[in-house]
Amino acid sequence: MPNPAASSKRPPPWALRILVLTYLTIFLFAPLLALGVESFREGALSLWQGITEPESLLALRNSFLLAAIAVVLNVLFGIAAGLVIARQRFWGRALLDGLIEVPLALSPVMVGLAFILIFGRTGWLGPWLSQFGVRVIFSFPGLIIATLFVTVPFTAREVIHVLSEIGEEEEMAATTLGASRWQTFWHVTLPNMRGALSCGISLTAARALGEFGAVLIMGGAITGSTHTATTWIFTAVDERNNGAALGLSLVLGLCSVVLLLLVEKLRARAHERR
Amino acid sequence: MRPALTPTSRWSLLLRGAVIAWMLLLVVLPLVALAIHGLRSGVPFFWAAITEPQAKDAVALTLWTALLISLINAVLGTATAWLLTRYQFRGRRLLATLIDLPLAIPTLVTGIMLVVLFGPMSPLGAWFEGHGIYVAFHSPIIVLALGFVTLPFSVRMVQPVLADMDRAEEEAAASLGASRLVTFVRIIWPSIGPAVLGGALQTFARAMAEFGSIVVVSGNVPHETLTAPVYIYGQVESGDSHGAAAVALALVTLSLLVTLFSKLMVRWGVRRHA
Repeated sequence: MPNPAASSKRPPPWALRILVLTYLTIFLFAPLLALGVESFREGALSLWQGITEPESLLALRNSFLLAAIAVVLNVLFGIAAGLVIARQRFWGRALLDGLIEVPLALSPVMVGLAFILIFGRTGWLGPWLSQFGVRVIFSFPGLIIATLFVTVPFTAREVIHVLSEIGEEEEMAATTLGASRWQTFWHVTLPNMRGALSCGISLTAARALGEFGAVLIMGGAITGSTHTATTWIFTAVDERNNGAALGLSLVLGLCSVVLLLLVEKLRARAHERR
Repeated sequence: MRPALTPTSRWSLLLRGAVIAWMLLLVVLPLVALAIHGLRSGVPFFWAAITEPQAKDAVALTLWTALLISLINAVLGTATAWLLTRYQFRGRRLLATLIDLPLAIPTLVTGIMLVVLFGPMSPLGAWFEGHGIYVAFHSPIIVLALGFVTLPFSVRMVQPVLADMDRAEEEAAASLGASRLVTFVRIIWPSIGPAVLGGALQTFARAMAEFGSIVVVSGNVPHETLTAPVYIYGQVESGDSHGAAAVALALVTLSLLVTLFSKLMVRWGVRRHA
């Protein structure tokens, strides 16, 4: 948040107001509003039917399950990555830190393609895995891997940031006072991470629910099995199933708004405490 | 003196190994797969795959639309950051939250919003078409989609720099008779320049990777509205993951370089600032 003392009490000049308002209206407000208006025109009944038809429920269940799996694994990875990158000194640490952010720079399509090259029928591990009856592409494990890849940065980044900022003094004090390594972690380090973990969980869930390109390629959007909320919306648009497309878009949109507000609230609270 | 975290401790080595293994399997392996498959048949094949007419046009479209939205965001995003930091007005907090929304909203949902807003069935789309302006399924809607998904980047990059700026220098310059233009060029730009450029680069990398919103709005006509990520998706679907890997490798390399450069830009700005 900007420092309020630095901003003047004057109202903004009209030219700037109009410029910014035009920019935000074209690129942000109009599309948001359009979804609301169109859903309203479609009618609550049609939306409800769209959301509760069997394929939609399956897609939503898959999406929420993937988000839950991504959250649990990323909390574990985030804690580990925080302890390793913010607390240990070793050769290649900066590289590891940079690698965590790589998924942010990659297009989900490339991610899907890369995993096809590994797990696909003619990929590196595909034939070997199929001997054991394990299928990754076009099945749920593929969806999990795609979701894990795109959500790697969110929790880890928050935890690393907070641990580096807090420093090691409290932990050293605990150790000096005779706490074991486990006690120090449980009573000092973990409580310090709590805010970062909550933020990370919300961001991870939002990203997992919204993932489209990678799960489309890896899951194949198969009816009755590997549809997620986003791939089902994509199919529903093609099938001119407006109720399902708009209904699920609304559900995903509302989820993301709630998660975003949660993150802002958590950030504001962390900011106050400092 | 860090008794709790001595580098030789067995637990910390185990934890480090686990984090490194997770990153190798989840992030490094797919990148290696892309690189090896993209270059498997040698550089001439790689070159032929990315200069094949359809691929070349797709890459060109992706690059120019990404460049255009980066410029738009650099100028208007900076204006928005200026409005948010320099003035007090009602609804400022709400505006700041709304600007973050695109980070949380699934990109496919963004696509649905734009189809609803500008599709030929919508009043606005019909009006534009009546005046000979084609938005949906043409390049303008690609830029609009990119504008929505990248909206926060420039604003969020420039805002903290503007908020931290010492206003005394500007006031001194103004009181010494410098015009507003001179004050901007000599005082303000040197401070915010790196952030503006960093935001533009971040926008560019993100825009280059966009898939979900574009695949539903652009119509995906080869040589006209087919962007590179959608082209790669098509290649994967039709079974040519080999040629897709070459184009993907080229784009991934470019976007990693741009992201790296953007990070260096921000760090440089912070150092100069301090």
